[in-house]
Amino acid sequence: MRQAFIALFKSMLGSLRDLLPIILVIGFFQAFVLQQPIPGFMDIIIGTLFIVLGLTFFIYGLEMGLFPIGESMANAFARKGSVVWLLIFAFCLGFGTTVAEPALIAVADEASEVAAVGGMILNTPESMQSYSTGLRFTVAFSVGLAIVIGVLRILKGWSIQYMIMGGYIMVVIMTALAPKEIIGIAYDSGGVTTSTITVPLVTALGVGLASSIKGRNPMTDGFGLIAFASLTPMIFVMAYGMVV
Amino acid sequence: MEWLIRILQMIVDTSIDVLPIASIIFGFQFLVIRRPIPNLKRVMFGFVYVLVGLSLFLLGLEQALFPLGRLMADQLTNPTFIYGENGVIPDVINWADYYWVYIFAFAIGFSTTIAEPSLIAVAIKANEVSGGAIGVQGLRRSVALGVAVGIALGSYRIVTGLPIHYFIITGYIIVVIQTFYAPKMIVPLAYDSGGVTTSTVTVPLVAALGLGLAETVPGRNVLIDGFGLIAFASLFPIMSVMAYAQISDYIAKRSS
Repeated sequence: MRQAFIALFKSMLGSLRDLLPIILVIGFFQAFVLQQPIPGFMDIIIGTLFIVLGLTFFIYGLEMGLFPIGESMANAFARKGSVVWLLIFAFCLGFGTTVAEPALIAVADEASEVAAVGGMILNTPESMQSYSTGLRFTVAFSVGLAIVIGVLRILKGWSIQYMIMGGYIMVVIMTALAPKEIIGIAYDSGGVTTSTITVPLVTALGVGLASSIKGRNPMTDGFGLIAFASLTPMIFVMAYGMVV
Repeated sequence: MEWLIRILQMIVDTSIDVLPIASIIFGFQFLVIRRPIPNLKRVMFGFVYVLVGLSLFLLGLEQALFPLGRLMADQLTNPTFIYGENGVIPDVINWADYYWVYIFAFAIGFSTTIAEPSLIAVAIKANEVSGGAIGVQGLRRSVALGVAVGIALGSYRIVTGLPIHYFIITGYIIVVIQTFYAPKMIVPLAYDSGGVTTSTVTVPLVAALGLGLAETVPGRNVLIDGFGLIAFASLFPIMSVMAYAQISDYIAKRSS
């Protein structure tokens, strides 16, 4: 029991250390550059305590729950030998985690505003709503597809470099064709799709698959799923901007 | 009491966000794989820890850091801060006047990335898989450095109004060249680190900075110029992680 408490205390210290840079940066700018008093000091202390506790719990849970389940499922699929089910699972994981992602919902709403102001769609709430929903489903579909492509790559042992470069070339081509207003949002959408829960799960899935298939190296084949998931949304959002 | 209600509210919200993932995982586990999960009790506890941890983390951020960070982004981009109380805003702006913004962008990019939970997850996994060859801290710091440079450069782009795709395409060319020279084992991890950096902590603060800049710099359009910082923050870590591997490789070769 005592040992568990010491371990908990140690990881809380670790979390505090992770958080220290932000506190220092904000403190420095507030005190020396902006020269303003810090509002609501007590709230900030309590909030920081929550962040430290939260980060500690999250990392504990990561190693107890998210990593093991991602890997055990990868193992089970590899042993079952059904590629079709594995790919369906990969698609569901990508699509399901993205479509409800709060950051994506926010970006899609902003994009619909840009489209309305830019005259691409009618400036009414209904058409903006349908534009933003369409965009969300497009991005979620593209992330699902990305995980499928990434899993196929692990199964077949394709080299990642050429696939990513191919993706880059497609982004460049789409940039030349897509309406100018959508480009900034399209580029950003690549980054917002991968949430805090998705990343550990998808990473564990990739590494688990690469370790349970003969001839694959978990380091060079296991990573790379997230890379696809942040590339395809850029291409698909620009395509969406051209079609709608 | 009020805090307790807030914590519960946050846990409920986070659970709703996590519901689709959980149902996919357990759905496939029970309907397709049809095998008991090893250590089911432990895994369940792990899920609860992740949920509670993430809720507390988000609540703390909303309580302490986000309001302050947003306020600071607002104040730093405010013309009265940059040109003084009675300063005149020039017609043609000089990008160098915004030096505090770039310094803030760099510092906040670095520090938020260090605290990013999904990056911690990937770093732990990479350390484990590489048998310790890739250090958890080394990877996190090099990613954070990449994000810092990316956001500072992205702020410069918003101030000057240069088209975003020039920067991104140049970045792609550098990534492609680096790919040929970097050690093979780092390449997939480096590509991944582009996507993992921008989540819970970084996105809200960085978005506030971008929108603040685009709103106050004369001649910029919020809707067009306000975006793109996240794209910079997901491109530059790819370069910095490969550079980190190249440099450690070089040092190891020289000393042997």
